[in-house]
Amino acid sequence: MTRLHALGRRLGAPLAAALSLTLMPVTLMPLTAMTLALVSEADAETATRIERVVSPGGIKAWLVREPAVPLIALEFAVTGGSTQDAPSKAGTANLVSGLLDEGAGDLDSAAFQDRLDAKAIELRFSASRDHLSGSLKTLAENRDEAFGLLALAVNAPRFDAEPVERVRQQVLAIIRRKSTNPNAMSSEAWWAAAFPGHVYGRPVEGTAETVTAIGPEDLRAFVGRVLARDTLKIAVVGDIDAATLAPLLDKVFGRLPATGQRLDVADAAPQGLGQRLVIDVDVPQTVLTFGWPGLKRDDPDFVPAYVLNHILGGGTFSSRFYREVREKRGLAYSVYSYLMPLDHAGLMIGRVSTRNDRAAESLAVIEGEIARLAKEGPSAEELDKAKKYLIGSYALRFDTSGKIAGQLLQIQLDDLGIDYIHRRNGLMAAVTIEDVRRAAARLLHGKLLVSAAGRPVGLAQPAGGGGQGG
Amino acid sequence: MLKAAMRTLAAAATAATLAFPAEAKPVEAKPVEAKPVETRQGPDISHFTLANGLEVVVIPDHRVPVVTHMIWYRVGAADEQRGKSGIAHFLEHLMFKGTEANPAGVFSSIVAEVGGQENAFTSNDYTSYFQRVARDELETMMRLEADRMTGLQLTDEVVLPERDVVLEERRMRTDNDPAAQLGEEMASSLFRNHPYGVPVIGWEQEIKALGRQDALAFYRRFYTPNNAILVVAGDVAADEVRTLAERTYGKIAPRAEVAPRVRPAEPPPRASRVVTLADPRVAQPSIQRQYLVPSYSRAAPREAEALDVLAHVLGGGQTSRLHRKLVVDRKLATSASAWYHGSAYDETRFGVWASPRPDVSLDDLEAAIDAVLADLIETGISDDELVRAKTRLVAETVYAQDSQTALARIYGVALTTGSSIEDVRAWPDRVKAVSAAEVQAAARKWLDMRRAVTGRLVKAPPPGEKRS
Repeated sequence: MTRLHALGRRLGAPLAAALSLTLMPVTLMPLTAMTLALVSEADAETATRIERVVSPGGIKAWLVREPAVPLIALEFAVTGGSTQDAPSKAGTANLVSGLLDEGAGDLDSAAFQDRLDAKAIELRFSASRDHLSGSLKTLAENRDEAFGLLALAVNAPRFDAEPVERVRQQVLAIIRRKSTNPNAMSSEAWWAAAFPGHVYGRPVEGTAETVTAIGPEDLRAFVGRVLARDTLKIAVVGDIDAATLAPLLDKVFGRLPATGQRLDVADAAPQGLGQRLVIDVDVPQTVLTFGWPGLKRDDPDFVPAYVLNHILGGGTFSSRFYREVREKRGLAYSVYSYLMPLDHAGLMIGRVSTRNDRAAESLAVIEGEIARLAKEGPSAEELDKAKKYLIGSYALRFDTSGKIAGQLLQIQLDDLGIDYIHRRNGLMAAVTIEDVRRAAARLLHGKLLVSAAGRPVGLAQPAGGGGQGG
Repeated sequence: MLKAAMRTLAAAATAATLAFPAEAKPVEAKPVEAKPVETRQGPDISHFTLANGLEVVVIPDHRVPVVTHMIWYRVGAADEQRGKSGIAHFLEHLMFKGTEANPAGVFSSIVAEVGGQENAFTSNDYTSYFQRVARDELETMMRLEADRMTGLQLTDEVVLPERDVVLEERRMRTDNDPAAQLGEEMASSLFRNHPYGVPVIGWEQEIKALGRQDALAFYRRFYTPNNAILVVAGDVAADEVRTLAERTYGKIAPRAEVAPRVRPAEPPPRASRVVTLADPRVAQPSIQRQYLVPSYSRAAPREAEALDVLAHVLGGGQTSRLHRKLVVDRKLATSASAWYHGSAYDETRFGVWASPRPDVSLDDLEAAIDAVLADLIETGISDDELVRAKTRLVAETVYAQDSQTALARIYGVALTTGSSIEDVRAWPDRVKAVSAAEVQAAARKWLDMRRAVTGRLVKAPPPGEKRS
């Protein structure tokens, strides 16, 4: 599916649908927050079917062959998203991701899109802070065409003037929309305050000024520096075997440079803890983003921390945030927290949306729950339930080809090993209450950086916070 | 993140829809109006009815030892009594508050302990509850879901905080978002008499007045096995599901007669309407048009399919006419699209949407949209466009086979919006049979300004500049 197709659906479909409302919000967590993706014993079957494919040219991929449905899903990523943007050209990675399917080789944008559309091939690229990624989905019968178009996009993107300007205008429209959207305002203010002077503090899309400054030569230079084989990870799932895949891997990725020329990125920790920023916007409901230091993915306490977060604000009806903020007090429809392990920082982030005159109460309840969990730890029963959920639900992450491919890619990006799917539930089962208490001691200091977009009542700066309004 | 951002923002910019629970990707491409879809496993799909009237659909998918268990009620917001808007959705929330046999929290706690995921959703035409669990837990889910079909117990102690939750949900989806407010206004202008004009979540003042008795009255009237459909997709066999269903749901006596679903119909539309929402927070304006058109369950043969093809040709992606003309050639819009919401029980909507580049007026953009529509109505579509649209629509049915949850949803939506299993199965063949002439005829007949509401989202001056 093309970007605009997806966009059209997002914009059109809800209006069309007169909406279906869910009981639980679909939280818009970044995928990295779900790193702990992983599988149950019952699903070891899938795991055992992961093949490590190495092409004649040395390109490596993980493959799960699944002939039951006649489609193929491929996911890949390289290190280097917005972290690789020059500060004055912030948004370059994002713009690149919007343009890789806008003309390549001898196909201009229209011709390229026609070729995708003629065979209903879905090709998407995206940029996050740490990664540039691509996703391909095709009917198996159109395999060669799909891989051929992917190869063109990866190796010979054109960055013609017309699509560059057009996609730039789309990005600028997004930036304008975000400039008055309380969710985006709350989030961007949080990141800016947490990472002043660091690339993580800048929005992935850049600003109107920096996006306007990006030229085709910047886009080409970015691709040349970042899209390389040294950090490339690939996952393939579907109706294709290893012998067929191997030469296709060479065709797509074999001509990329062996090594990238990436900018160094400093490790960082979120700043501004204790501050409460208020971003004034005239809406009835305040959107609160709160966060504090978390753990990176390779931290030995990451798994206990994951369990801890599940108990505190994870995505089920049993988290403490859900019970205390939503169920008991009716303060919010949506309240959650998640671990966000970036390459250069570990974070814990949460979000709640509450009417202006009760926003302070919402935050007080949240801070109280964090303090209580830090002090008392979870109960044995709570821990047991959390582990049961996390172990049992692992298999649900593997029930479509696209989801399996996404999991296999993430496990590679996290460098957890091809046997991780087998090991993961054992790691989870082994978490003790002492482990969780230790994680709580490391993570739950009670000092949050909070940014509130709206007109919150009584959300005063706490003593000694030293923050500023926005 | 460009695409994700566009999707996220776009979602934020509208009335919001949203389907799957937290683990789903950030936003689903097409959550609600999943099209009827044929599946390759089509012949394996079983469909039967228990003695108490409960319909059952079984969709086998043996790739992973997981099942999706969904119960669908043929009731939605459009079945609410006037003045009680939001009760269908409020009841959906309250269904998690416990029964005599399984008091508050027990059901969800069991789901969580077995590593299951659960959620529920309400639309105009249906209300659905689901769990995704390991296959061995299916019977437990059926037992618990059957229990709450008739056993719900409510006290003000749980009802009142939950009403606040719903009001926060409304604030989040609508009151904080001018684009969503425009969506509500357009719907109520398009549907002057039919309840599709009332928001699913309800009007704020009516939500505030809803109480325990309203919820229970609605519950007793509509939650009965003879008004429900059980859909089980995943690693199960039909015989097994039948046995389990008899043992659980089969024990529930029907408790209400199901009246025919006759909602107040729209009178013939006669006037082109324009709705303008001006807000200081609109930093990126947009224009859209919605037409009153037949749904799959109301259309003449192949007419709804022709509207699906039309939506794709007009605005289904980067090869579409609106994109090529408005975004690429004339550089008037940053984005443009078209959609058809075919899965509705009654007359429904076809829409086009575009967002202007800076310095392009909505008037100019609207004129350009109208030119694209007029040209299509006048000269029809090319064979190439027809083939592409069909390829895309049919391919989506194959892609849908990859997800048991998507398939379960497709069948649930179909059966609660007036379509049959056979309709779903034959859908790709019917799409393939659509001719270019039929697409042109559909455009000519339905894209008529007298049937349309045009919505304009514009920036208003800050309040200080207007107030005296």
